[in-house]
Amino acid sequence: MKYTKDHEWLRVEGDLVVVGITEHAAAALGDVVFVELPEVETVVAEGDEVAVIESVKAASDILAPTAGEIVEVNEKLVDQPGLVNEDPLGAAWFFKMRLDDLSVLDDFMDEDEYADLIG
Amino acid sequence: MDDLLRLGLHDLHVALGGRMVPFAGYEMPVQYPAGVLKEHLHTRASAGLFDVSHMGQVLLRPKGTLAETALAFESLMPVDVLGLAVGRQRYGLFTDASGGILDDLMFANRGDHVFVVVNAACKGADIAHMTAQLSGACDVLPVTDRGLLALQGPLAEAVLARLVPGAAAMRFMDVAFLDWGSVQLWVSRSGYTGEDGYEISVPAAALRGFAEALLEQPEVMPIGLGARDSLRLEAGLCLYGHDIDQTTNPVEAGLTWAIQKARRAGGEREGGFPGAERILHDLAQGPARRRVGLRPEGRAPMREGTVLFSGDTPVGSITSGGFGPSVAAPIAMGYVTARAGAPLMAELRGKRLPLALSPMPFHPTTYKR
Repeated sequence: MKYTKDHEWLRVEGDLVVVGITEHAAAALGDVVFVELPEVETVVAEGDEVAVIESVKAASDILAPTAGEIVEVNEKLVDQPGLVNEDPLGAAWFFKMRLDDLSVLDDFMDEDEYADLIG
Repeated sequence: MDDLLRLGLHDLHVALGGRMVPFAGYEMPVQYPAGVLKEHLHTRASAGLFDVSHMGQVLLRPKGTLAETALAFESLMPVDVLGLAVGRQRYGLFTDASGGILDDLMFANRGDHVFVVVNAACKGADIAHMTAQLSGACDVLPVTDRGLLALQGPLAEAVLARLVPGAAAMRFMDVAFLDWGSVQLWVSRSGYTGEDGYEISVPAAALRGFAEALLEQPEVMPIGLGARDSLRLEAGLCLYGHDIDQTTNPVEAGLTWAIQKARRAGGEREGGFPGAERILHDLAQGPARRRVGLRPEGRAPMREGTVLFSGDTPVGSITSGGFGPSVAAPIAMGYVTARAGAPLMAELRGKRLPLALSPMPFHPTTYKR
């Protein structure tokens, strides 16, 4: 598992990367009540706003961690946004991306580095 | 959090796991470990305890008669103060010369004086305003040695009556002095959630003990500012600084119910408050814009500042909005021009999304009238 400074996690699954938000991010957001997902086949650049999460408190954007194409989204989150709080690292994945080159993942934080970031 | 004031119950909030955030110059618990959603639903189902000690408590002690003080107070508000019976509380609004709202408040007739509760963010200005305007009739005395708690929800009566039996006999908007052991509580049957419940002023020295005595009751959970906001929004209640402020008048805000007959055109004490000309005009002619309840048709919450359109014409904006946990859908309130016709659309993240006008409250209130 790799992590971004925006509190997203990235997991390689075959030739795809699965993206979600960390437990730390889910706890900070509070109860999630709405998720808006990107369209499948969207080509995104690093830092693009690709999804929206709304908690009872505020709205936050999910940014594309790197360039690539969105190939699958987790529609379950639309009907059950609370999954983001219940199982942020598992059932509440947001989308899967195809990258040109998986080696860019080496630039992201590993678990220890992320643990240091959130203190 | 430098320069922020701490509540008398600060250590208790921290011990309860409260997440402290800056609010109106204070460090306040926005939520406890249960989270906003559970805290909200618990208040609707059982009883929630809120620390609202940041609010301003003020006594108006007559220099002459209570009636003279009431009439002086009426010079600041389009509200019937003189007609309020002993032991009763009423909602009031300070207005400015153009009819704008300086603050909203609660005041009570306590027999030989008036007790006033104002918003935290406005309390300095309110006290200065009252001192400047009322000193001929009364002393304006800020109460600095008492905290304020709210106990809200369908089981609030059962809980409070267990500690203070006299609470059960009170009706909505009654006020009473009730003793908890040797401690005198100032109790009103009122609140800011749409639920039955009480607001209780407690001497600072007894505040922690009384709060803990309430929290020991199995029905009671501590509730933070987050759920306080979603509860009041579902109840259709205005938040000062958001839904009402100096740019809105009471008629636009749909608070005409707070302007009793005695102060309206043809009433015994017609006008005589700041902004009377504008407010009486809007009462008679209808306001140019009005506060409305809104239900976004999709699932996306629409928040404060979201611009509203009728066709391609901007007609207003949202002043409070979010997810209503008991409604289980997004809800909002905002202002639209009087002529704004359906369908209404809101601009959200570059898209125009439909919303419907809705009656308020969004969730039925359960006041014990």
